[in-house]
Amino acid sequence: MDGRQKGGFRLVHLLLIVPFIGTLWVPFYNRALPDLAGIPFFYWYQILWVALTALILFIVYVAEGRE
Amino acid sequence: MAHLDPVALGVFIALFLFVTVLGFFASRWRRGDLSQLSEWGLGGRRFGSVVTWFLLGGDLYTAYTFVAVPALMFGAGAVGFFAVPYAAVGYVFMFLACPRMWSVARAKGYVTGADFVRGRFGSRSLALAVALTGIVATMPYIALQLVGMEVVLAGLGIHGEWPLVIAFVILAAYTYASGLRAPAMIAVVKDLLIYATVIAAVIIIPAELGGFGKIFAAVAPGKVTLPTDAFVNPGAFSYATLALGSAMALFLYPHAATGVMSSSSRHAVKRNAVALPAYSIVLGLVALLGTMALAAGVKAMPQYADGFARFGNNYAVPALFLQMFPGWFVGLAFAAIAIGALVPAAIMSIACANLFTRNIYREFFKPDCTPAHESQVAKIVSLFVKAGALVFVLEGQATTAVELQLLGGIWIIQTLPSVFLGLYTRWLHPRALLIGWMAGILAGTAMAAASGFKASVYVLHLGAFDLPCYAALSSLILNLAVSVALSAVLNAMPGTRSDATLAEDYAA
Repeated sequence: MDGRQKGGFRLVHLLLIVPFIGTLWVPFYNRALPDLAGIPFFYWYQILWVALTALILFIVYVAEGRE
Repeated sequence: MAHLDPVALGVFIALFLFVTVLGFFASRWRRGDLSQLSEWGLGGRRFGSVVTWFLLGGDLYTAYTFVAVPALMFGAGAVGFFAVPYAAVGYVFMFLACPRMWSVARAKGYVTGADFVRGRFGSRSLALAVALTGIVATMPYIALQLVGMEVVLAGLGIHGEWPLVIAFVILAAYTYASGLRAPAMIAVVKDLLIYATVIAAVIIIPAELGGFGKIFAAVAPGKVTLPTDAFVNPGAFSYATLALGSAMALFLYPHAATGVMSSSSRHAVKRNAVALPAYSIVLGLVALLGTMALAAGVKAMPQYADGFARFGNNYAVPALFLQMFPGWFVGLAFAAIAIGALVPAAIMSIACANLFTRNIYREFFKPDCTPAHESQVAKIVSLFVKAGALVFVLEGQATTAVELQLLGGIWIIQTLPSVFLGLYTRWLHPRALLIGWMAGILAGTAMAAASGFKASVYVLHLGAFDLPCYAALSSLILNLAVSVALSAVLNAMPGTRSDATLAEDYAA
């Protein structure tokens, strides 16, 4: 045993803050350009963040899996 | 007026009949003793990662979502897109809290979030507050599923009340018979239909309208993005707080808790927090349908004038589909939305029934009731819950349902300190939590009342700043402040507390 409680806090959990910064700090993305195939930045950036959030959760999930 | 298209109607009815058969057949699926509440109301906690993914996807992305989110984009532009960041960060909360919730529920046999609060804090009144909040916040949500169904039925050219009544009676019957197994099975069909519809729509419609560049050119210049990009401005701050507050509230809803607790393992819950955002990408594309409807100019077309007059912008997506798709595909797409109403309506009514039975009926009226009796009461309550929603909508109270659902989000978030923080600590005192809950409910309701229950954003005056903040979030901060301050006082006083849960119950 390494003394860490299962389900307890680990450094990798700090990654979970990133989606909040990426999606909730509006000045990052409140603009129309650059567009992606005609879709304004505002929209594709946020849809991209859905995928990035899933990716970050996946990384944390894999890291936790070794507990 | 939309006229009856026999092909669209035929496809629609065929799909509807198919899921009806499926709903009744579901009682035999992974057969369990349906006279136990955890069997009827949680499917025996036997759903693996894949079924849970379909179940929660079908549960959280409701028919009303698929109608109302594009409607908001259609009318208000960029503001309506807050559903997308909401549906991204919501899963961070799920990833953190729900595995613990699943573990403790499994270890202690909890069926509802209020069960957990009862055990964790040993307080009947706090558990009652959590249960009542859940029921009251969910009821209007069920009514809104009917509104979603009404819109597509009107799009098919079906008028009158009887089709809605028939659909809901069938739904009530198979939910009664099969419990959570019915929506779990139907959710698979619903989700596949939704995916097919959305993928086809985002390929076919932009091509017909000349690409996304032309589609967004139809949006009024000020509505393509939020008003300005300073953070402290009406657009940006309310946008961010709406997304955050909604994300925090999402997994406090009873129907979400029911979906989580029905999983077969802690890992299934975690895997789903990773995999469910796939639906949020679909939601982003669905939101863009509102913009496409704008570019297609459906509102000005005489054949849809009737629908827009009756349903307002909620008619934007049905009109867009009618305009762009052949009859058979309209039938499929509308069936996706209508079946998309059945799944959450079933799960929500089961969740309300579980809450009523466990945390009100058994707790206060019949503590010695047998498991079979408990399950029977829940089945009957699920019928009443659906009947109530149906009467509400047939009485023409759809606008009230929208307002109540808006309030529901503000109310349900007030259970966060008891439920989510309770999963991590028992430091908060139950009486402090109860008073904090009350303070949050009162403040949040007052903020919504200030707009005549039309807006959920309330402007806070903080020194030099005017901060327009989602009322759920600002009232939650008050709730937390009260809960923490009073806990510090109450914990310092002598008294005994009971906690039926152990630290290892949360990680098992």
